[in-house]
Amino acid sequence: MRRENLLTVVAASLFVFFVLLALFGPWLVPYDPLSTSAGAALSPPDAAHWFGTDALGRDILSRVIVATRLDFGIAVAAVAVSFLIGATLGCLAGFHGGWHDRIISRLADTIMAFPLFVLAMGVVAAMGNTVANIVIATALINLPFYIRVARAEVNVRREAGYVEAARLSGASDTRILVMHLFPNILPPMMVQISLNMGWAILNAAGLSFIGLGVRPPAAEWGIMVADGAQLIVSGEWWVAFFPGLVLMLAVFSFNLLGDGLRDLIDPRRRT
Amino acid sequence: MNAQRLAAVRAGAGFVLRRLAAALPNLLGVVVVTFLLTRALPGDPAAYFAGPAASREAIEEVRRALGLDQGIATQFGFYLRDLVQGDLGNSISTGRPVATELIERLPASLELTLIALLLATLIAVPLGVLAATRPGSVVDHLCRVIATVGVSLPTFFTGLLLAYVFYFLLGWAPPPTGRLDPAFSPPQTVTGFYLIDALFALDGELLAAVAGQIALPAITLALFVIAPISRMTRASMLGVLSSDFVRTARAVGLSRTRVLYVYALRNALLPVVTTLGMVFSFLLGSSILVEKVFAWPGVGSYALEALVASDYAPVQGFVLVLAALYVLLNLVIDLAYGVVDPRARFEG
Amino acid sequence: MNAAQSPVTSEGAAAAAMVPSRQHAHRATTDPATPARVPLLDVRDLHVQFQTRTGVARVLDGVSLHVDRGETLGIVGESGSGKSVFFLALLGILEANARITSGSARFGGFDLLGSSEAERSSVRGRELAMVFQNPRAALNPIRRVGQQIEDVLLRHTATPRHALQARAVDALRRVQIADPEARYHAYPFELSGGQCQRVMIAMALACEPALLIADEPTTGLDVTTQAAIMALIARIARENGMATILVTHDLGLAGEHCDRIAVMHAGHLVEMAPAAELFARPRHPYTARLLASTPYGALSIDALTSVPGQLPDLTRTDLPPCRFSERCDRVLPACAGPRVMQDTGEGHHVACHNPC
Repeated sequence: MRRENLLTVVAASLFVFFVLLALFGPWLVPYDPLSTSAGAALSPPDAAHWFGTDALGRDILSRVIVATRLDFGIAVAAVAVSFLIGATLGCLAGFHGGWHDRIISRLADTIMAFPLFVLAMGVVAAMGNTVANIVIATALINLPFYIRVARAEVNVRREAGYVEAARLSGASDTRILVMHLFPNILPPMMVQISLNMGWAILNAAGLSFIGLGVRPPAAEWGIMVADGAQLIVSGEWWVAFFPGLVLMLAVFSFNLLGDGLRDLIDPRRRT
Repeated sequence: MNAQRLAAVRAGAGFVLRRLAAALPNLLGVVVVTFLLTRALPGDPAAYFAGPAASREAIEEVRRALGLDQGIATQFGFYLRDLVQGDLGNSISTGRPVATELIERLPASLELTLIALLLATLIAVPLGVLAATRPGSVVDHLCRVIATVGVSLPTFFTGLLLAYVFYFLLGWAPPPTGRLDPAFSPPQTVTGFYLIDALFALDGELLAAVAGQIALPAITLALFVIAPISRMTRASMLGVLSSDFVRTARAVGLSRTRVLYVYALRNALLPVVTTLGMVFSFLLGSSILVEKVFAWPGVGSYALEALVASDYAPVQGFVLVLAALYVLLNLVIDLAYGVVDPRARFEG
Repeated sequence: MNAAQSPVTSEGAAAAAMVPSRQHAHRATTDPATPARVPLLDVRDLHVQFQTRTGVARVLDGVSLHVDRGETLGIVGESGSGKSVFFLALLGILEANARITSGSARFGGFDLLGSSEAERSSVRGRELAMVFQNPRAALNPIRRVGQQIEDVLLRHTATPRHALQARAVDALRRVQIADPEARYHAYPFELSGGQCQRVMIAMALACEPALLIADEPTTGLDVTTQAAIMALIARIARENGMATILVTHDLGLAGEHCDRIAVMHAGHLVEMAPAAELFARPRHPYTARLLASTPYGALSIDALTSVPGQLPDLTRTDLPPCRFSERCDRVLPACAGPRVMQDTGEGHHVACHNPC
């Protein structure tokens, strides 16, 4: 019990640390993340460059810090979009049933019929190689999870006493949904968000790694790992290692936090 | 007796048909979405296919030839017709049919994915069972840590780390470049899976070379999916172990091994089989990243090469083929589930 | 292990001839802790604790009882009174978070609590069998019922493989399942709740045990099926000279089928008496309330829960010696002192300082 609490505290501190980096990163960096220096190219970590420099002589620590905002930004935006759309669609499906439910559920099923990362890749390839499209693609593949959670939660609650009471007192369907049902499905949705956030970052970084979305010279963890991929087999490990490690830590803190939150909100589902 | 067996056969056949029917809408959905993705191509496909130097007339001619001047429904009809004929268009960079190239490269991807799945299952299921039978023990904590760390691993990063440690530092693994060291020639194609073909060829040296080459990418992929499988096994095993029928099995004095394996594990594996669908989704997605890291000549790296060259037909073909494969895999999982769980055969 | 070598059966065979008629069996005993003869099952001072999230729950707190050969004993109590835990502890199949802290239990000549798991598991299902409530969930959902009976036969008898199926079908026939050859191949979900309970009973009785523990065997079944299942258990008990313990919510059911009845409350055994005596003269305030709250014959779960107040939280560290005292209107200063078990004659025992 105590150990799990400790883990959650560690995760929460890490999370706060990353949020601070995302907010204030650009003012904290020791070097300009974009300035190249041919003389200092590929120098291993030392006192001047804690994380070393990349093939163009850019300071990797500065780039890793600055990238936090972009990676978090993409993940937060994607999760926010899929939460808003998914919750709306899921509520409609769960509340009205019938053809609303059939169409919306079919939409979720169709998305789930794809290997999700492959679908995201196809979407970005088709719609164009921009950060906005990465957000859309990541939001799209997260959508079914929110639809399903919202639909199931609304479905079990739509006959609840407080809903009946609101209906008898003449509240409209929309009002019941927004004022009575939505607040009640928020806790399970929050758990879903925290569980999806890490996954959203992984997806966005994966897309950048294969050359989609974020373009050089912008600093982003996935691209930085890709930059170092060729160098790692010749021994310059730090170029890929530090951005990869920080990416991993960020995802790890989200997942730990998600687990902690789920245990808190819904102890039954603890695994 | 006979009547009952007949009824069972009939229920089984009905089950297979129902599952097939349930897979069809998904397949149709996949085709529609892929078609919409081709329509969303950046720029004007006609101008694109006609080439940069084409005149306005030439572009219009290409547009007519491609059917792009028709309504969207007609175009979907053309798309379906081509699909039925196995025509996924041609790659601009190689000039060859996309379908042919995908089929050539599919075995490499499938071999990698399946080996990774096998590896992950062999590690994750015992791990989950151990964790569930000894709650609070070291194994249990290990399982929890692996589960949380595992899903936090960016596969492309773990792949690079493994390559660095086992190839560059330790020299245990061959260079992370492809399916086979160029010093060897590939085994004669029987299945397209090098491991199996090398076995058929009875060539121990070749088999070792093939196994050495697939080890790191397969481990990278497996690491990622050990987490969900072990977590699911643990949860499901915990549930089953506290179930009434396991209590019954213990109450009638069955041995611990029999209770664990015949009564508990078989039941616990049912939900694990269902999660395999999700696991496959992860595997197929991550395999693209791993193929890139290890220069694995599968469909994923094929699509990535095409993507870099702005050659979109292979990318669309890849998305379609992988999605179709995934629908198929889920169908196989459903059918396998029906074999293990008699209840599934009779329910709707 | 061969059945003929078992400590229970060998002694049981010798003792069976000496057992007087069942009506007199309970009269022979004067105190639950020191019965006149060696009983079939003799449990003394059993303590069981559960480790829970909120603390240690003392779920059984010094329970003693005995069962004679061929006798039918009823155990009644609300859910949470510890009556099921008592028997799971005896069988050695408690959940991992439960611990037997003290006590002894002898079954025939066998030490139930002190023996190794290997020894205990060879007695479970062979000499000492248990059937549970909710029979549909109590059977393995993905194994044919015939195979599940065979599993028991394989474990405990020397039946050759080719004869297994015939013996399993026999076991099904003995519990009056229609068309046992066909039912042998059925999965639990293809059978009704009543049929599943018959299968459970067939499994439990496959090795002709000396004692059957039936834990709420009819809960969740419809009334006709309930009667049929109870009649089935009673008939087989009579035919085999088998002792039966009926664990139930239902006082009426216990009164109808049992020679003696023990009443449990919050991990204590509060009263034990011959059935007719208990209904005529309940001495413990808890039993009295149970009986008073509903007319005789319609005493069911609902009646039991109509006793005011709730079971105390067993994780409390300040539980009074008598765990009923906080719901009791006959409480005396002595109730804060050590518990007593009074013998009021006629085999009637009550754990109360101020019996009715």
